[in-house]
Amino acid sequence: MNQDLPAYAHRHLLGIEGLSPLEISYLLDQSDAYVEKSRSNDRKSALLRGRTVINLFFENSTRTRTSFELAGKRLGADVINMTVAASSVAKGETLIDTAMTLNAMHIDVLVVRHPDSGAAKLLSEKVNCAVINAGDGAHEHPTQALLDALTIRRRKGHLDGLLVAICGDVLHSRVARSNIHLLNVMGAQVRLVAPRTLLPACAEALGVEVFHTMKDGLKDVDIVMMLRVQNERMKGNFIPSIREYFHFFGLDYEKLSVTKPDALIMHPGPMNRGVEIDSDLADDVERSLIREQVEMGVAVRMACLDVLTGNLGNGGPV
Amino acid sequence: MSVLAPGKIAYVNARLLDPASGLDRQGGLLTEGEIIIGVGPDLFKGGVPLDAERIDCGGACLAPGLVDMRVQLGEPGQEHKETLASAGEAAVAGGVTSMVCLPNTDPVIDDVATVEFVARRARKNGLAKVYPYAAVTKQIEGKELAEIGMLAEAGALAFTDGTKAIRSAQMMRRALSYAATFGVIIIQHPEEPSMADGGVMNEGELATRLGLAGIPPVAEAIMLERDMRLVALTGGRYHAAHISTKESVAIIRTAKQQGLMVTCDTAPPYFALNELAVGDYRSFAKLSPPLRSEDDRRAIVEGLKQGVIDIIASDHAPQDQDSKRLPFAQAEFGGVGLETLLTVTLELHHNGYLSLLQVIEKLSFAPARLLGLAAGQLQIGAAADLVIFNPDRAGRVDPAKFRSKSKNSPFDGRPIQGRVLRTVVDGRAVFIADL
Repeated sequence: MNQDLPAYAHRHLLGIEGLSPLEISYLLDQSDAYVEKSRSNDRKSALLRGRTVINLFFENSTRTRTSFELAGKRLGADVINMTVAASSVAKGETLIDTAMTLNAMHIDVLVVRHPDSGAAKLLSEKVNCAVINAGDGAHEHPTQALLDALTIRRRKGHLDGLLVAICGDVLHSRVARSNIHLLNVMGAQVRLVAPRTLLPACAEALGVEVFHTMKDGLKDVDIVMMLRVQNERMKGNFIPSIREYFHFFGLDYEKLSVTKPDALIMHPGPMNRGVEIDSDLADDVERSLIREQVEMGVAVRMACLDVLTGNLGNGGPV
Repeated sequence: MSVLAPGKIAYVNARLLDPASGLDRQGGLLTEGEIIIGVGPDLFKGGVPLDAERIDCGGACLAPGLVDMRVQLGEPGQEHKETLASAGEAAVAGGVTSMVCLPNTDPVIDDVATVEFVARRARKNGLAKVYPYAAVTKQIEGKELAEIGMLAEAGALAFTDGTKAIRSAQMMRRALSYAATFGVIIIQHPEEPSMADGGVMNEGELATRLGLAGIPPVAEAIMLERDMRLVALTGGRYHAAHISTKESVAIIRTAKQQGLMVTCDTAPPYFALNELAVGDYRSFAKLSPPLRSEDDRRAIVEGLKQGVIDIIASDHAPQDQDSKRLPFAQAEFGGVGLETLLTVTLELHHNGYLSLLQVIEKLSFAPARLLGLAAGQLQIGAAADLVIFNPDRAGRVDPAKFRSKSKNSPFDGRPIQGRVLRTVVDGRAVFIADL
């Protein structure tokens, strides 16, 4: 093995699936350093001066886009936001046209969010720059899984051996898929807790245990990750009502009582208070890591931009 | 009738029938208050307890009260056809001590409040026990799931859109899948709606001669076959209501052999009558599903005999005169059945297809077990819900004597063999035949 290669030797960050524990640990270590830097008064560096980062978002997003924007700017890059209403474009061809246009402008990093699974991969095949997947359909959202892992690792000291329950709309969730891959490869044990209508077919094949009641699924877990449930899925298609969902699957102190006493709660945001999580619980600083996750998000994205632009420079393997 | 809990009652000289334990012996049964405290062939060998009231069964059969898993109530919404009170009277006259009612009332039983309303109203009249099903989909429209989890917690025994089939395959998939989250059963009216649309009787030669639009037997087979695939896909629990065709029996048999969690019931008209009962446009014989061919009827009998069909339910569907005294095509579907459930089913015994124990199993123990009811057994500690009947006494179905508010029986005038003598709910006699 070539000792000169960086520990993360890919041009893009398209997903967690397929990454090695070493690569993930490397990205987390890099992120750790950026947490400290962001907390200091000397937040801004000139590391990426002259680099151009484009946030190309085909889906509404405030949090993720702002997080990437801030990460880029703190590293001194020029960051441009492009938000394209997905409904206004005929997909496929236009997506590639957009990529080709941006490619011609000599950009360095393209951060892409798209409602269709596989869109980031498709773009990555057409451009010379680095591509970061900021969420593609129900497929992957790698930086979310990395920031979740960083949050857990900083609190618990490690990932291996932890029991993590991911609860809610797994069927439509890219966050769930990325987290399952990451936690599995890092030696944690993953459970899914959801009504059957919100679980994908063959969920067990992802290497998880599946539960249909919070009481069983949360038993003795270290971490509870709640997923957001979209309102349009609450009207009788996948689940009958918000009321029924909260009754059986919304996280409150009672349902939390079966976990390990020091279990922590996470949520990728934005939260639906009173739908998937009790409002007081979400704000409980003893149990909830939700605000910490947002902080870790910026650090993880700084690390990813740093590592990927570094790889562009040395022309490493794709 | 006293509302006070009764003291000890000794039922002596009875033929005890308890399918759960396989007991079919002469013997006695002792109740105290609302529960059974003794049962067996030798129970009163040392004499009847001095403090017990003594009821001599005169050699008649004593069995767990019937559990009728498919009853339409008029209440709420159609009280002119049937009320909880009149259905309760009819039930106990037929030996039924527990009945489960369909949610296609007005308003539809699709929310917790309506489930609780039915339960509260039913408790008041103190006759047969009434349990509700709740709707699978809101307003039984087949479009959006009802609150299955909360309804189950509120006491809905299982879920069904009643007399309407769940048309969309995707909705049925989600319903089976969601219901399996809570371990509850989906009960389907197995009929492909687009094939049944406009039809009024079984498709075949008779319908052709009468000039009536037919509902083909395949309408049932198509829906069942589709549903079996969805059960296999989802791992859900499924019950097919009132199957009526030869093919349906074959489909359910295969599904059971494959290990799917599938059960089914039929109703007396489908093993006791065939399409010829429609005769000269008799609207009382207009049922849903329609009465089928003689071939189908024989297959239903065979299915019962072989155990492919688990349960017999009355499919009680009261209709007033205005709904039935109409040209055949315009008349409503359905027939009353609570008061003829046992007597017509006894024909299967008299004709040598089922033993008396098997008859009681299909009418009482099997539905209670399926729906998780503590009923259908002669067991110490169980509720004293009993029926005493003479299986041989001859008679004739006389709707004029029905306690049901509606008289639309397809068995009108039929000679029968068997009679309910006494019905006991929670230890109290709620029906005693005038002999």
